[in-house]
Amino acid sequence: MKTRSINQLVDSTKLAIVVVVACLLVSLIILMVSDQPWVAISSFFFGPFSTIRRIGNILEGAIPLIFTALAVTLIFRAGQFSMISEGSFFIGILGATIVGISLDLPAGLHPIVALLVAGLLGAIAAAIPALLKLKWQVSEVVTSIMLNYIIQFFVIYMINYHFRDPEASSLASLKIATTASLPGIVPGTRIHLGLIIALIFSALTWFFVFRMKAGYEIRLVGDNADFARYVGIRAPLVMVMAQVVAGAIAGIGGGVEFLGMYSRFKWTVSPGYGWTGIAVALLARRNPIMVPFAAIFIAYLNVGSGIMARSSDVGSEIVYIIQGVIMLMIAADALLQGWRQRLVVKSATAMEGI
Amino acid sequence: MTALRMEHITKVYPNGVVANRDIVFDVAVGEIHALSGENGAGKTTLMKILFGEETATEGKIFIHGEEQYIHTSQDALKLGIGMVHQHFMLVPSLTVTENIILGIEMRKGLSIDYTQSKKLVQEYGEKYHMYLDPDAKVKDLSVGQKQKLEILKVLIRGAKILILDEPTAVLTPQETAELFTELKHLRNEGFTIIFISHKLSEVRELCDHITIIRKGESKGVYALADITDEEISQKMVGRDVELTIARSEGKRGKTLLKVENLSVLEEGGKPRVDNVSFNLHEGEILGIAGVEGNGQSELVDVITGLGNFQHGSVLFQNKPIKYNHVKEIREAGIGHIPEDRMSIGIASNLSITENLLADKTRWKEFFGKNGLLIKQKIRSFSAKMVEDYAILCRDPEVPISSLSGGNIQKVVLARELSSKPQLIVANQPTRGVDVGATEFIRKQLLSMRDAGGAVLLVSSDLRELFGLSDRLLVMYEGKFAACITDLTSIDEQGLGRYMLGLDTQDTEMVMRNAQ
Ligand SMILES: Nc1ncnc2c1ncn2[C@@H]1O[C@H](COP(=O)(O)OP(=O)(O)OP(=O)(O)O)[C@@H](O)[C@H]1O
Ligand SMILES: [Mg+2]
Repeated sequence: MKTRSINQLVDSTKLAIVVVVACLLVSLIILMVSDQPWVAISSFFFGPFSTIRRIGNILEGAIPLIFTALAVTLIFRAGQFSMISEGSFFIGILGATIVGISLDLPAGLHPIVALLVAGLLGAIAAAIPALLKLKWQVSEVVTSIMLNYIIQFFVIYMINYHFRDPEASSLASLKIATTASLPGIVPGTRIHLGLIIALIFSALTWFFVFRMKAGYEIRLVGDNADFARYVGIRAPLVMVMAQVVAGAIAGIGGGVEFLGMYSRFKWTVSPGYGWTGIAVALLARRNPIMVPFAAIFIAYLNVGSGIMARSSDVGSEIVYIIQGVIMLMIAADALLQGWRQRLVVKSATAMEGI
Repeated sequence: MTALRMEHITKVYPNGVVANRDIVFDVAVGEIHALSGENGAGKTTLMKILFGEETATEGKIFIHGEEQYIHTSQDALKLGIGMVHQHFMLVPSLTVTENIILGIEMRKGLSIDYTQSKKLVQEYGEKYHMYLDPDAKVKDLSVGQKQKLEILKVLIRGAKILILDEPTAVLTPQETAELFTELKHLRNEGFTIIFISHKLSEVRELCDHITIIRKGESKGVYALADITDEEISQKMVGRDVELTIARSEGKRGKTLLKVENLSVLEEGGKPRVDNVSFNLHEGEILGIAGVEGNGQSELVDVITGLGNFQHGSVLFQNKPIKYNHVKEIREAGIGHIPEDRMSIGIASNLSITENLLADKTRWKEFFGKNGLLIKQKIRSFSAKMVEDYAILCRDPEVPISSLSGGNIQKVVLARELSSKPQLIVANQPTRGVDVGATEFIRKQLLSMRDAGGAVLLVSSDLRELFGLSDRLLVMYEGKFAACITDLTSIDEQGLGRYMLGLDTQDTEMVMRNAQ
């Protein structure tokens, strides 16, 4: 067996173990806190598969996570730690809302324009912390987190003062034109065209990172910025570029989520997909191709916990415990090292025989 | 009497590399024993196993005849084994004493007994003729002194068996001679020393026996009196190696690089490079000699765009070189083999292939018109590099960090030389590489020169400077102490005197000859 395939085998086994252990841990916690643990456990694990509609919920839930996780992947690959995916996603929603309400375009074109505007706004948002760092070496971690709040209030202000539906009793925008919506693709669920777009974006991001010069430069800079400088790559510009592209992806994600699932803007706080996107990106080991799988898994846990909260006495917060445990275990590199070593030794000695 | 015996040692790294294969290694008490082999032969690995930093996959270790299980370096130290690593392991901001007692602090109540520690450092220094100022900061020490400090550190921890992994790679001849006196002195005191070096002359001067390993396997133990240099390199490399390279007379062409009144000042205004001028021509190898830290690195940084300068100018093909314009400088045709290859010369988590390509992002044959990687071309290019430079690896897609020290160096060289630069700034190009690769690299530099290119060669290996340079500048405290146009007119000792500032040539003459 080649070392590469050994590594793949060990990695995927490790992932499986992590998932199983996480699930066991959940069961254990439920057993301890619940009066009817079996109801809770079964609704958590099997609930999401009980109806077509619920399976649909998993996939719908995965769509925004795919976009934010792809954005996080790009930013982390460039060695940056901007948390802007959250803000870019939310401002992307605003962009799509405005285009959906104010422009009058034919059905095919309308969502495209809306998504382009969403992506543009997302990119601009992401450029701010990136440029602040480029110019004045301000930590992008801090500025992006602060900017996320500013964006949140800016978006709510815009909706409240410029696009609010005066008829509605709570905060909600006017309805967007039906031409702008993304159509459903699976009858009996709310799965929409956005799923396909998300998958295409995953493939494109993978291609960008591993098959294009710009992606190669991002990885170089992310691994060793001094080295990049020494070979004549303008590392600061590459870092900004990576963040801008990431912002665009997150912004488009916001637009897709909005146009696929809603007909008017109703959020009072930013939905937090940017933060969960970090967990998804890490679970996918910063590999864009793995992102959809990781997103679906996290979405499954979210749906399961929701069902459990409704049908038993255990709260849905338990899902955060699982996410935390999974992250910890993924980070624990020593897990299965011994097994990997034995396989490698066996294959290396077998090759000696030739 | 044997000090140590390693029996049937096999080591397989997690990535599947078999670094040691059934090696038997025997060292007698009170001898200096050389361990030699090509880059990646497995020398460091074998020594790390002895020192408890790696665990052998198979095999036994006997110390003074008794089988021992060494799992950590603490275990090794308890058995009296100490190791000085290939790269320095010191804390620059701490003093000599603080570095030595790190981890074995003597306590006085809750605080560290500094006076007592200082006394200990002084005592040991005197006892072993390695006197160092106990209060000096490590960052102010010369490389030779740092090397002494590393050895003193091991001695104070009670080691009787010393492992020295390429200790001379960074030393000047004077410092090396001094180190050798000390090592011989230690041998007479009954210490056992394992000495790793790629320089046969050093091995011959210092050692009693040599164990040669090749591709992880032992090729035998020899008394140095019974084996010639040619036989040693033959056994290491598996073919005959030319130890001295024939070179033709150079044909000096147009001026390629013109440095005029260049000064580099440090923060406080003290000059690191002090108003120097010189020209470098097509078809010429210009050597720069000097003890490390006399301005060579700053000079190299300016020419390659990595370092700033305050006065003067640098013209390459009549165009000024500007600070930070690395991309333009490389496009103009300047290549750079950096001294500190581990920290700026590689991206350690990327593959060998990706490291080879890093300076070629403008090459259409690899990156296409629309910025797509042309995988096929890239793959065959990196396969060719791995073959030409004999880079030892399982395949070119493994992370570069899994290569041995010398093989990492080869990747850097392969990248820089394959870009066909007009001028290559080579800073210590053969440091840490084996005889075969040294031969190859020197030939490459010479053939670049013969094809009309220019080489600025900064090296602390005097034989290399003598063997390759057409002209030689000696740097001392930021200035040129001498410019030697006829290399037959001077020997290593004489050159050493210029390097230490004991002699200087007439300034007028240096200026004239440097043009
Ligand atoms: N940490 C590691 N992980 C995987 N492989 C390694 C590791 N360290 C070394 N190797 C591999 O083991 C082999 C032996 O390496 P080692 O460092 O012992 O060589 P060496 O003889 O000291 O060479 P050099 O003269 O270049 O220092 C090499 O092929 C190298 O690629
Ligand atoms: Mg080594």
